[in-house]
Amino acid sequence: MSKISTNDVEYVASLAQLELDAAAKERLVQEMGEILAYMDKLNELDTANVEPMMHAMEMTNVFREDVVESSISRETALQNAPVHDGQYFIVPRILEGDEA
Amino acid sequence: MEYEAVIGMEVHVEINTKSKIFCGCSTEFNAPPNTNVCPVCLGFPGVLPVLNREMVNKSVAAGLALNCRISRWSKMDRKNYFYPDMAKNYQISQYDLPLCFKGHLDIEVDGEIRRIGITRAHMEEDTARNTHTIGGGQSGVDFNRSGVPLLEIVTEPDLRSAKEAYAYLVTLKQILQYLDVSDCNMEEGSLRAEANISVRPKGATAFGAKTEVKNVASFSGVQKAIEYEIARQIQVLEEGGKVLQETRGWDADRGITVTQRLKESAHDYRYFPEPDLVPIVVDEAWEHRIRDRLPELPMARKKRFMEQYGLSAYDAMVLTATRPLADYYEACVSAGAESKKAANWVMGDLQALLTDGKMEITQCRIAPAALAAMIRMIEEGAISGKIGKEVLADMFETGREPQAIVEEKGLAQISDEAAIEAIVAQVISDNPAQVEQYKAGKEKVMGFLVGQVMKASRGKANPELVNRILRDALKK
Ligand SMILES: [Zn+2]
Repeated sequence: MSKISTNDVEYVASLAQLELDAAAKERLVQEMGEILAYMDKLNELDTANVEPMMHAMEMTNVFREDVVESSISRETALQNAPVHDGQYFIVPRILEGDEA
Repeated sequence: MEYEAVIGMEVHVEINTKSKIFCGCSTEFNAPPNTNVCPVCLGFPGVLPVLNREMVNKSVAAGLALNCRISRWSKMDRKNYFYPDMAKNYQISQYDLPLCFKGHLDIEVDGEIRRIGITRAHMEEDTARNTHTIGGGQSGVDFNRSGVPLLEIVTEPDLRSAKEAYAYLVTLKQILQYLDVSDCNMEEGSLRAEANISVRPKGATAFGAKTEVKNVASFSGVQKAIEYEIARQIQVLEEGGKVLQETRGWDADRGITVTQRLKESAHDYRYFPEPDLVPIVVDEAWEHRIRDRLPELPMARKKRFMEQYGLSAYDAMVLTATRPLADYYEACVSAGAESKKAANWVMGDLQALLTDGKMEITQCRIAPAALAAMIRMIEEGAISGKIGKEVLADMFETGREPQAIVEEKGLAQISDEAAIEAIVAQVISDNPAQVEQYKAGKEKVMGFLVGQVMKASRGKANPELVNRILRDALKK
């Protein structure tokens, strides 16, 4: 019995804006279920005396100074855009109130 | 039934660093579209953002001024959602470990101090801007704003009225401007306020369903939107309805809020630690360095102005409204102007000239020391107060020293008794009817006669001498 339902997979897919066919959904129910089962396995470990790990990096405090550096040209910035007008990246009309 | 409102505010302020939060692109406001961009702020895959140290300094300064605790250890997180103003489909923000937390801000409403809890203040990047003027079913996206540093400041639901919310915004803006961490310019979007509003029967402890009001362009707009929303929610409840949890926009033209989005469609942001940015450790030494550099904040400065300069609470409040104004006033006093006279000139005639010219004190051509010199000339009797106004207007226009203006225009006060006696004699012989009335006991005519003498001297006669000499002459 998987810990993940088809509904869960569909929900996660919708958040990621992915369209999945029935076979992919079935496979993902299986795979995501296995990942969660593995987490359950890890949860069996006694971690009472282990510092929680908040971040994958051991390093801290890497900063840049507040100095303006030259940016790339607008021409370069726009060159890979599927549609642009020389000034803006052009996208399908965004409706007011559609914001996430 | 009597209701009370429960309001919390979320304010995004743009922190005024020169470069963006994670790259060296300029944060300049009015640049042509997509000219301050690079692979990092355009959201290209594989780039490495690096946090701007000054953003941390300024955010900690803001946190300390809001009486927050500063996280010894914090991190950046990814907030995942799709929107065309965000090319990489996540916003770098802070989730469970904000840089600043558990603070408070005291606000004054109707002479009473209210303490408003600050839940948190966290760092994040701004998104790009969309323009809807492109036409043809299309929108344009400008990434100059993408990656501009923002500090999001969130209050506890401690505000109880629209008026308190307004006072909170004004006080917050004033502090952030004193700290020089943000311009807080609503027109340029460097301050954006959202209010969470609910109502409940007075005395109840549970919260009612809340609505979130967005897209308000001014502080007074926020106040009006909250007033409207409180009344609307009470009406819904009174009619036996239910307040829906939703986002509402403020329609300033119609003076109403309208539904933008129901909460059901809100996204699940799936925050996780940003793997491209390392954790931020602000140790005690760093925090202390920032604390030591904090300027005197508005409330403390207002109190000191009252004690040190003998000003009323109102005058001290007006003069400490902005740091440049307070600095100007203090420079004027330390250049030798009497403190209350300086307050009257700065708040009165100078402020009127600034308002007329739609100018800020920072654009004023009158040096504080020149204003002090002018005020001293009045005190020493070199010019009259009335002439002082004329001299001030000239100084404001030309930036010249008051002595030079008085000399060139021949405005020096006439304090020569013989000269004034001659003018008085002339006025008495020119106005026999009024002199008769005065002698018959009509004291009010005195004002008219003084006015005639001042007019004849072109405003230069010493008013005290005019009064004395005229009275003496009329007794004869
Ligand atoms: Zn950039």
